[in-house]
Amino acid sequence: MTKYTGKGVYGAIALGRVAVYERYRVPVKRDRIKHPGEELARLEKAKTQASHQLEELYEKALVEVGETNAQIFDIHRMLIDDEDFNEAVTEMIQGQCVNAEYAVSVTADNFARMFEAMEDAYMQGRAADVRDVSNRIIACLSNNGRTEFHLKEPAIICADDLAPSETVTLDKDKVLAFVTANGSYNSHTAILARNMSIPAIIGVGEKFLSDVKNGDLAIADGFTGEFILHPDGKTLEAAKKRLQTELEKKELLQKLKGKDNVTLDGRRIHIFANIGSVDHIGSVLLSDAGGIGLFRSEFLYLESHDFPSEDSQFKVYRRVLESMPTKKVIIRTLDIGADKQVDYFDLDKEDNPALGLRAVRLCLTRPEIFKTQLRALYRASVFGKLGIMFPMITDLSELKECLSLCEQVKRELSFGGRKYADDVEIGIMIETPAAALISEKLAPLVDFFSVGTNDLTQYTLACDRQNPRLERFCDPHHEAVLRLIELSAQNAHKHGAWIGICGELAADTTLTEAFLRMGIDELSVSPAFVLKIRDTVRKLDLSSEKTF
Amino acid sequence: MKSFSYTISDPLGVHARPAGLLVKAVKGTRSSVTIEKDGKTVAADRLLSVMGLGIRHGDLVTVHIDGEDEADACETLKTFFEKNL
Repeated sequence: MTKYTGKGVYGAIALGRVAVYERYRVPVKRDRIKHPGEELARLEKAKTQASHQLEELYEKALVEVGETNAQIFDIHRMLIDDEDFNEAVTEMIQGQCVNAEYAVSVTADNFARMFEAMEDAYMQGRAADVRDVSNRIIACLSNNGRTEFHLKEPAIICADDLAPSETVTLDKDKVLAFVTANGSYNSHTAILARNMSIPAIIGVGEKFLSDVKNGDLAIADGFTGEFILHPDGKTLEAAKKRLQTELEKKELLQKLKGKDNVTLDGRRIHIFANIGSVDHIGSVLLSDAGGIGLFRSEFLYLESHDFPSEDSQFKVYRRVLESMPTKKVIIRTLDIGADKQVDYFDLDKEDNPALGLRAVRLCLTRPEIFKTQLRALYRASVFGKLGIMFPMITDLSELKECLSLCEQVKRELSFGGRKYADDVEIGIMIETPAAALISEKLAPLVDFFSVGTNDLTQYTLACDRQNPRLERFCDPHHEAVLRLIELSAQNAHKHGAWIGICGELAADTTLTEAFLRMGIDELSVSPAFVLKIRDTVRKLDLSSEKTF
Repeated sequence: MKSFSYTISDPLGVHARPAGLLVKAVKGTRSSVTIEKDGKTVAADRLLSVMGLGIRHGDLVTVHIDGEDEADACETLKTFFEKNL
């Protein structure tokens, strides 16, 4: 048994036989030619053929990985027509009287090196794109187009690296996993593998290539980035077990996808997803969630070295809204405090950050930061169905202040000729006992409540969440917590607002029935739990009387 | 000749896809368009050149437009930058 470690780019596990990727590469020789004009005509023909191939590849990718990812082949087509590239190639053919294959190969190599020398890891990844295009033109020049790599049986593909076009060309149903010696997390191949939901490990090092042979038994673990060649009995058993669990999960997913979240007696509930970054939208879409119930906007601030500008926030919000057309997206405004350190906020150290200047308190203390975020949110609102949610509300006056800032922002936007949607929903987090107890007064001013059970538990039971020694005292199932949730639900409904739960408790299937009986309208959970909750909901019957 | 400056706000910078869109937008005008970053100027209708500038989030670029439809082209490209970059 030999273990190789790389980077897992898609979390899934595969067990099977190895197929070493063989590629047909036309060996490029430098030849002297007599008629540059003829050589250029030959090149033109090859470029047209390559362009056609890319068009077909684009169509295939469009179906398999979606438009955004398919566009890479559109870029490849543009590279074929790029003036810089073509001028350099033409100059070589005419000036040095060399064959087109050689001119294309040398030119592409120069551009690929330019990208490899760039600082940005993302741009370095573009070298592979340039080489991919040049290989395609060269294959077309040699008159036989490209001989594709064909898989007879499902296998774990092992290669030095894979070009995006090679990844898409493979028969998806026969690829168990991709394992490559080189490659980066940002390569388009890694991106494509993620979108094709195929386990992939990159960068396991050149050595593994000399060890693997066709037909070898291996395990590719996309979670840990481990590739295990010739696994021993124990490892094999463990992998089989994990594979089985995953298969069951997948089957559940297939069975439940597209189904309603409805109990046996007809009660419907929304199941949304929580996310903390735009990068996770893909998993939300895959999870079949009905919307985003909690988008944590903090990452924008945590990843930045200075206050994120209105424009950069606007772009992120817009992207989220556009990728969830017709679905609700609830964005929580900045929830930051002394426990999440961000240098440029220059916050004083606090003895009790959980009880300190955080979330909406910070926003109302420094309204200029808050208003930048609100302006970005309202500007993005025209691109989807937006809900704005304020965290850590304890008093009516705070909510009123937030609402008046929203009005102010809207007036300023109108004045500046900017558009915003009229149907933006406004809501608050119920995460302090105070908010739950005065929920009757808060409800008339909002469209929705969302219960943050982690903080609600911490504040109700006076238990620091970060202190592991308090675990036995910090029971989120505590009757006091559940009563506060129930009270909030009653008050929300009395005033025509809806109520959801976005804390960890929302994913606790032992409480799903209790929440439905309380009248909770929405549960927002991490994408991986959406279908599990749907499964639970669909098995419930609320027609018989029962209290929790 | 018209020009404008713009600070890139897309978190990924001018990566492959937006660079492609930019080149297409520039080709849609009848003016000659260049893009300048840190004193380096390239033709904005050339994909490899634009990508070669390695424009990142927060970089300030200046776009120069010269030609018969420069006034319109300037407005179109300004809108393009604000929307996509």
